[in-house]
Amino acid sequence: MIFTRNTLKEGSYMEKLHNAVRQLKTRPWAAKLADSSSRYLERVRERRMNGVTHPFWVIVQKEVADHVRSWRFNVLLFLILLTCFGSLYTSITNLVDEAAKANDADDPYFFLKLFTLSDGSLPPFHVFIGFLGPLLGIGLGFDAINSEQNSGTLSRIMAQPIHRDYLINAKFMAAFVVIGVMFFALGFLVMGFGMVIIGIPPTAEEFLRVVFFLLLSVLYVAFWLNLSVFLSIRFRQAATSALTAIAIWLFFTVFYQIIVNLVARAMMPSEMASPQQLIGHQQFVLNLMRVVPSQLYTDATTTLLSPSVRSLGPLTMEQAYGAIPSPLPLGQSLLIVWPQLTGLIAATVICFVLSYVSFMRKEIRSR
Amino acid sequence: MSDTIIELKGLTKKYGDFTAVDRLDLSITKGEVFGLLGPNGAGKSTTILMMLGLTEPTSGKVSVCGIDSTVNPIEVKRRVGYLPDDVGFYEQLSGRDNLLYTARLNRLSWREAEKRVDRLLDRVGLREASAKKAGKYSRGMRQRLGLADVLVKNPEVIILDEPTLGIDPIGVREFLDLIVSLSREERITVLLSSHHLHQVQQVCDRVGIFVAGKLLAQGNIAELSKALFSDKEPYSTEARIERTETTDGRPLAEGLRARLLGLRGVVSVRVDGNRFYIGSTQDVTTLVAQTIVDSGFGLKSLNMKEYGLDDIYTKYFEGGELYGKTA
Repeated sequence: MIFTRNTLKEGSYMEKLHNAVRQLKTRPWAAKLADSSSRYLERVRERRMNGVTHPFWVIVQKEVADHVRSWRFNVLLFLILLTCFGSLYTSITNLVDEAAKANDADDPYFFLKLFTLSDGSLPPFHVFIGFLGPLLGIGLGFDAINSEQNSGTLSRIMAQPIHRDYLINAKFMAAFVVIGVMFFALGFLVMGFGMVIIGIPPTAEEFLRVVFFLLLSVLYVAFWLNLSVFLSIRFRQAATSALTAIAIWLFFTVFYQIIVNLVARAMMPSEMASPQQLIGHQQFVLNLMRVVPSQLYTDATTTLLSPSVRSLGPLTMEQAYGAIPSPLPLGQSLLIVWPQLTGLIAATVICFVLSYVSFMRKEIRSR
Repeated sequence: MSDTIIELKGLTKKYGDFTAVDRLDLSITKGEVFGLLGPNGAGKSTTILMMLGLTEPTSGKVSVCGIDSTVNPIEVKRRVGYLPDDVGFYEQLSGRDNLLYTARLNRLSWREAEKRVDRLLDRVGLREASAKKAGKYSRGMRQRLGLADVLVKNPEVIILDEPTLGIDPIGVREFLDLIVSLSREERITVLLSSHHLHQVQQVCDRVGIFVAGKLLAQGNIAELSKALFSDKEPYSTEARIERTETTDGRPLAEGLRARLLGLRGVVSVRVDGNRFYIGSTQDVTTLVAQTIVDSGFGLKSLNMKEYGLDDIYTKYFEGGELYGKTA
C-alpha cells in the first residue's frame, strides 16, 4: 500500500515538473532565450571546428588527454584521493577534541586545521602530498621523451613543421596543467567537505593560505616532473629513467637525512662551545638539510598552514623576548618562506633548462 | 623538367672521426622518383635527416624547394613529407586520430583535417581500419598509414626511408604502385632510400648509388650501366641460331663471328655452340638480327641483356674496399 502511494506521489511530482517545463517552454521569452543560447553554442562550436589551433596547443591538448586517459595517472589519482580523504577524516574526528580546548593561539585559524591536524595514526594532508607528490611528478614525466623515441613517433613529429622546443614545452605544460587542476580540485574539495561537515567557513586569509599551499604543492610536483623529464631525455629506456628518478627521490627522503645526521654528529662542537658556535652549527645542519627540495617544501607548507610558526631556524631567547604570542599574518608567513619558495622555483627552472638544452641538442633518429 | 627541387652541395657530416656523409653533390628535379641506393650504414638516413634540417651538416649546403634546410627547417618541413624507416604511431590512438593529430600540427582546422584525412585513408585503402587502434595495425598497414600521414600536409616532396622494409612481396608491390601513381598524378617528387635493388629498379626514374658516405654514380639504370661498364661493354646481346653448319657440313660460325665483329659498336663476340654472345658499346640488336638473317642462319631468338642493379651493385661492392672491411 505504502509503495503504491509513494510511487503515485512521485509520479505526480514528476508530472508537475514536466508540466512546469512545458509551461516554461510556451513562454516567448524562455523560448527566445533557449533559442539564442543554442545558436550561440552552435556558433562557438562552428568557430572551433573551423579555427586553426596553434600547434603548441594541439600538442598540449593531446598530452593532457593522454595523461588523463592513462592508467598510470588514474592509479596515482586514486591513491592521492584515498590519502586525501583519509587525512580529512582523521583531521575532522580530531577537530572535535581540538574545539574543546579552544583557547589556543591558533584559534582564528581553526579551518586550517583541516589540513594539518592528525592524531598520529595517519599523517596530515600536506605531509602526504610531500610524500606522494614526487611520485606523481615522476609518474607523469619519466617516459615523456624516451617512449616517443622508442615507439618511433618522435622522428615523425619532428618532421612536422613545428619548432623542436614546442614538444618539450608542451609536454611540460600539459603535465603542469594536469597537476594544477588536480591539486586545486582536491584542495577545494577538502575545503568544501570541511565546510559542510564542521560548518565553519574559512576566512579570506585562510582561503589565501590554502591557495598558496596548493600553488606550492604544484610547484613542488613540477620540480620532480622536470627532473624526470630530464632523465627521460638522458636515458633511452623508460625503466632506467623511472628507476633513476625513484632512486634520487629515495636518496633525498631517506639517506640524505642519515648522512646529514652523521655529518652533524661528527662536526658537533664541544659542550664548552659558545652559544654562537652552537647556533652556527645548528644553522649549518639546517642549511645542509635545505639542499633537498622535500625539506624546502615541508618548511614552506608548515609555515603557511600553521600561522603560529614564526621561524624556521633556531631562535634565541632575546629574539623571542617580547614577542606577542599570536599567529603571523599571511604576508609575514610568506616572507618567512620566501627563500624556500625561491629555492624550489630555482631547482625547477634548473631541471627544466637542463632538459631543454639536452633535448635541443639531441639528434633525433628513428628508433 | 629542369627545375631542381632538392640540391645538395658538398654536403659532409662527421661524427667525431667517422665521416658518415662525404662531400655529397646531388640534384633532384621536380616530379621524378629518385632512388637512393646503398647498403646499411652508408649514410642514407643521415643525408635525409640533413635534408629535413633534423641534423646539422658539418659543412656543405642543402636546399630543398629553394629553401636552406639548415637555416629554415620549418619552411622545409612544411613542404616535405618524411616517412622514417620503421615509422611509429601512438598506439593508444586510432589510425584516424593519429592522422588528425599530424594534420592539426600542420595548422589545419578540425573540419579541414577531417576531410583530408578521410580522403587519404580512402586513398591508401585503410578506410575499414581507420577506427582501429594503431597498435593493432599490421606492418603493411602501418606503412600505408605512414604514407597517408606524409601526404596529410600536401607535400611537394616526399622522402621515404626504407619504405618497403619488412612488408611481404605483394604488399611491397602495392605500396610501390601507390607511390608511383601518386608521383605521377600529383607531380610529387619522391626520394626513396632502400637497399632493395629490384624494388628501386621497378619504380625509380633515376638512381644514386651511395656507399660509405659517397655517391658513386647516379643516373637511370642504362646510364648507370654505361658509366660502370664503359671500360668493357654496357650492352650484351645473346643470339641463338638454328644451324651452325652450312648444308655441306662446313662450320660457318667463324665466318659469322667475323662478320658480327665487323659491325659498328661491337666489341667482342663469343661463340658457345649455337649461341652467340655479343658485347657492344651501343644497342646493336637490329643490326645483329639483320646480319644473321642475311647470312642464311635461322635466327631462333635474340635478346638484349641490360645490366640489372644487381650487377651494378656487386660491381661496386667488389671495388668498395670500405664495405668489404666492415662486412
